[in-house]
Order: sequence, then C-alpha cells, then structure tokens
Amino acid sequence: MGRFLLSRLGDGIVAIWGVVTIVFVVSRLLGDPAILLLPVGATEEQLQALRAGLGLDRPIWEQYVTFLGGALRGDFGQSFQFMRPALSVVLERMPATMALAGSALLVGVVLGCVAGSMAALFRGTIVEGVVMLLALLGQATPVFWLGLLLILLFAVDLGLLPTGGYDGPMSLVLPALTLGTFTTASIARLLRSGMLDVMKDDHVRTARAKGLLPGTVFLWHIARNSLIPVVTMVGILAGELLGGSVVTETVFSWPGVGRLIVQAMEAKDFPVVQAGVMVIATIFVVINLFVDLLYGLLDPRIRARR
Amino acid sequence: MALLAIEGLSVGFAREGRFARVIPDLTYSVEAGETLGIVGESGSGKSVHALALLGLLPQPPGRILGGRAVFDGHDLLAMPEARLRDLRGGRIGMIFQDPMTALNPVLTIGRQIAEPLIRHKAMSMRQALDRATDLLALVGIRDGARRLSQYPHEFSGGMRQRVMIAIAISCEPALLIADEPTTALDVTVQGQILDLMAELRDRLRMTMVWITHDMGVVAGIADTIQVMYAGRIMERGPVNAVFASPRSAYTYGLLQSLPHGARPPGGRLMQIPGAPPDMFAPTPGDPFAPRNPFATPRCHREAPPLRAVEDSVAGHMVAAWYDLPRLLA
Ligand SMILES: Nc1ncnc2c1ncn2[C@@H]1O[C@H](COP(=O)(O)OP(=O)(O)O)[C@@H](O)[C@H]1O
Ligand SMILES: [Mg+2]
Repeated sequence: MGRFLLSRLGDGIVAIWGVVTIVFVVSRLLGDPAILLLPVGATEEQLQALRAGLGLDRPIWEQYVTFLGGALRGDFGQSFQFMRPALSVVLERMPATMALAGSALLVGVVLGCVAGSMAALFRGTIVEGVVMLLALLGQATPVFWLGLLLILLFAVDLGLLPTGGYDGPMSLVLPALTLGTFTTASIARLLRSGMLDVMKDDHVRTARAKGLLPGTVFLWHIARNSLIPVVTMVGILAGELLGGSVVTETVFSWPGVGRLIVQAMEAKDFPVVQAGVMVIATIFVVINLFVDLLYGLLDPRIRARR
Repeated sequence: MALLAIEGLSVGFAREGRFARVIPDLTYSVEAGETLGIVGESGSGKSVHALALLGLLPQPPGRILGGRAVFDGHDLLAMPEARLRDLRGGRIGMIFQDPMTALNPVLTIGRQIAEPLIRHKAMSMRQALDRATDLLALVGIRDGARRLSQYPHEFSGGMRQRVMIAIAISCEPALLIADEPTTALDVTVQGQILDLMAELRDRLRMTMVWITHDMGVVAGIADTIQVMYAGRIMERGPVNAVFASPRSAYTYGLLQSLPHGARPPGGRLMQIPGAPPDMFAPTPGDPFAPRNPFATPRCHREAPPLRAVEDSVAGHMVAAWYDLPRLLA
C-alpha cells in the first residue's frame, strides 16, 4: 500500500509538471505582455527595458528552466498586474474557491447519493423515472444558464438570496447549487446503476437468507459495495469543480481562482496563470491520492493487490 | 410429524413476454429429523422451489402461482415478509451453491458470521464475534480468532463454503436447506464438506433438505431421495429402496450414469440421451417421455400421477405409466 501510494505520488508529480509545462508553452504563444503593461505610445526602448526586467528577452528554454526552478520553490515571479508575488495572489483566492468547490461537492455527494439510492430502491417505478430524468437534465444543462435561472428565481423574483458576491454563507448557496448540480446528477446515475448491479449479486441473496432487516441489507450489502465507483467519480469531479468553476464564478462574481486565471489570461499575466494552474493541479493530485487511499479502505481486495 | 409440508406449490417465470410454469404442482413433505436428498439435472426446478419457500425468489421475473408450504404449523407462503424474515437465518438456514460469490467481498468474515446472531439471538457484536470463533472451529477452520478479521478473498473455495455453513448453522436452525453446497468444489473438498455437514446435522439434530444433481452424494447423506424432472417428482422413497429397485426410467438413467461400484448390480452403463425440456414450450404427457427409451404411447399423451410402488416399501412412490422392473427383466 505504501509503495503503491508512493508510485501514485510520482505519477501525480509528473502530471503537475506536464500541466505546468503546457501552460508555460501556451502562455508564451499568447503574445507580448510588455505591450499590454505599458501605456499606449511607449517607446521601443521602454518596451525592451520592461521585457529585460521581466526576463522575456532571454531564450525560451532559459525562461523555462528559470521558471521550473522558481516553481519548485513556489516562486512564479511577480504578477504583471498586481506587482506582487503571483503565488500569493492565487493563494488569496483559495478560500473562496475551496468554499465553493467544497460545498458543491458536499451538495453533489449528499443529493447524488440520496437520489441514486432512491432510484435503485424504487426501480421500475415513477420515482426512478423522475430521478433519472432530472439527472439527465442536470448533466445536460449548461452551467451559466442554470446559474442565471437560479439567480432570477431565488434572488430577483423571490429575493431570498443574494445575486452574487462573496459575503457570508447565504451568498454561497446559489453558486454551490449551480456548481453541484452536475456532480449530483453524475453521482446519482452512477450510484443507481452500481446498486442495481450489486442487487443482483449472490451475496445479497445470502444477506437476505440470513433474515437481515431490509435496511441492513441495503446499507451493508448493497450501498457499501456500490461506493467504490462513486469514490473514483468524486476524484474525477473534484478537478472539474476546482478548475471548471470558472463559469459559475463569473456568473456569481465569485472571487475564486478559476476566474482569476481567466482574467490573468486576458491580461497576459503569465505568472498568475502559471501559479494558478499549478495550485489547481496540485490540489487535484492530492485529492486523487486521497481517493486512492479511500479506495483501498473500501475494497479489501484492492488493498491486498497493492 | 412433518416439519415442512409443501402442498401444490406452483412457480412460474416470465421471460421475453412468454411464461413458463417451471414448477407446475409440487407436493412433498420432510419429517423432523429426516434428511431429504433432492436430485435432478440442472434446470429441474430444485433451486427455484427452495428460493420460493424462503421468499428469496426474484419477483419478477419469477412468480409464485399458488400452493402452501407449512413449516412447523405455519404457511411460509402466506405469512407476512417480516415473520418470514424472522425464520430465515434463524430456524431455517440455507447454503448456496457457489461459495466464491455467496459472501460479501468487502466485509470481514467475522462480521458476516456475526450478523445472523445479532439479528436473531439479540447478541452484541462482541458476543457474536466470540460465538463466531467457536463456529469457525465447529466447521473445521482453525485459528478462528485471527481469521475473523480476514476477508473472503483470503479463503479458498472449500474454506468459504465452511464459512457459509458456519453462517447457516449459527442460530442452530431446525431446518437446513443446502442447495448443491459441494457442486462448485474440488472432488476431495466435496467429500470433506459432505462429512462435515453430516456430522453437524447429527450434532445439532437438524432436518435437512440436500439439493444436488449427483446421485452419489445423495447416497452418502440422505435418508429419503426425491428425483425431480421439469419441476415434478418422478420418484421418491427411502434411498436403499430406490437405489436397489428404481421404478422411474429417469432415476434408472441417473443411476446408470454413476461410476462403477456405485451402480446397482446388473445395470448397463448408459447416458441419458437428449436434453431437458424447454419449460416455455411444454408438451403433454410425461415430460421425460421424449428421452425415455421405455416410454409407452400413453406416456406421450398423459402425465402420470405420483403413486405408491407395489414393493411394500413404505414411502416408495413413482410417476410412471410403465413397469420398469418388468421392462428391465
Ligand atoms: N431468473 C430466472 N429467469 C428465468 N427463468 C429462470 C430463472 N431462474 C430459473 N429459471 C428457470 O427455472 C427453471 C428451474 O431452474 P432451477 O431451479 O435453477 O434449476 P436447478 O434444478 O438446476 O436448480 C429453469 O428452467 C430455469 O431456466
Ligand atoms: Mg440449482
């Protein structure tokens, strides 16, 4: 198990390196930040001086090596926009991102498990039909549209919740619901099909032959066995929630890392883009290590194989 | 007195819009203390009827069409699910064919043995685990205290079946239904499990219904043999009488396909030709007639009732229009 996690950690580090390298290359293709940073009409000398100051005049491979060395130390350079270390700009936005992604994940796991279990328990009835229809809609609805709809309904019409911004738990409700919908739908569908499969297994018949109460059979012999794919799915969705929350953050003016990265791209603020992507990639890797660990806890056969 | 009396049990299956009466009309009983061996080729309705008794038949596609199954004075088929649940795993134990899939792969063996004890004997988890250690010793698994925290994949097939037996007998059932418990095992392990179950039966004074497709196994463990084909009883009687003088051509065929030594004297080796009937396309008459070299025209027209054999052996019954000993003579 220890060796397995170590090798997964190695994979994760390679993945982070890959992601960061791609971001480095892409951001260098986007254009010249010096032109953006200086006022219109700046002289060629001024531009040259700024490029030299930012290290943009050196060969690309040299910039890359410098960049990687810095990244290892957590130094991504100064943000072009904020004139502060890029990493600290990103880390300032982390609490907002974590709050949103965390609550969306919580919404997704709780609602998804309840809905998926209901659909499996009431298979072949209207309950299953309704849950599956909603789940399909939840997966297919564009996030921006859902966000606007929720704002119109709960903020504008009913006036129950704020339309956006980042103050207090009430402002978290709509963004979390918006972002959590896809997760809810995905988990509900996965859990339902997993449970329907497990219900056909011989060991469930054994559990019933023991005279166990339906609740015990469901929790310990059906749900318990169906959790493994859900945990994998959570690992995949966590990346979606962290990085893919750009649209939600934009719709709700949420000051998270996703929106920061997009703004930094528009401003050609490479250090912030790179620091942001690196932080997101690292969290993603950590979450997936955690998922691997949980996987082993849930399935003794996997634990044994490692 | 009969511990279990089944009367007119009828079970069907719906599949692809068609319906098959897999058990048309089954009546038999098991006396307290008796071991009944039910034998038949695969597909003859042995498992389905046992699952139906215990409310474990998947419905749909299965459907219980009628009948009674009186256990200890109460009809299992008519009682509410909650009462049947109290009996399952408590006074009625069941063991299934495939030990590789019958246990939950993600729960410890200890927990799986403890569950029925907690449910039926109101034990705490700690008490139940203590008892589980004893039960493992009883089924011949040493070092039980350590093995309780292991998972099914850490046990061999034979060991898993021993665990299943421990679960089934944990609450000291009056009736144990064993559905081909040795079929999936190696021949040497089969013998060990058979001996173990015979020993436990005597020790716990259990009444047993032992389902198998192997005549040899029945000879070893049963008092009474009941040969089933297409959901019907073809022949039934004390093991000795049926083995010495089979009256159904189907029983005769099963006995003939046994290896030498186990065969009754004078018989020629034969394989039963053909395949079991398609339950979705039933034919009139004796369901075995199309495969029966001794079949008479009447066998093809009319299904024979189960009747007493005129050999003065109590309980020897057969469903056949022909007189097999005379045809064999
Ligand atoms: N889930 C099912 N769906 C449809 N038919 C079934 C199902 N289970 C059993 N049957 C049918 O019931 C008949 C009896 O099966 P079974 O009782 O399992 O036979 P066996 O004597 O081998 O235990 C067979 O014809 C089989 O095809
Ligand atoms: Mg069977």
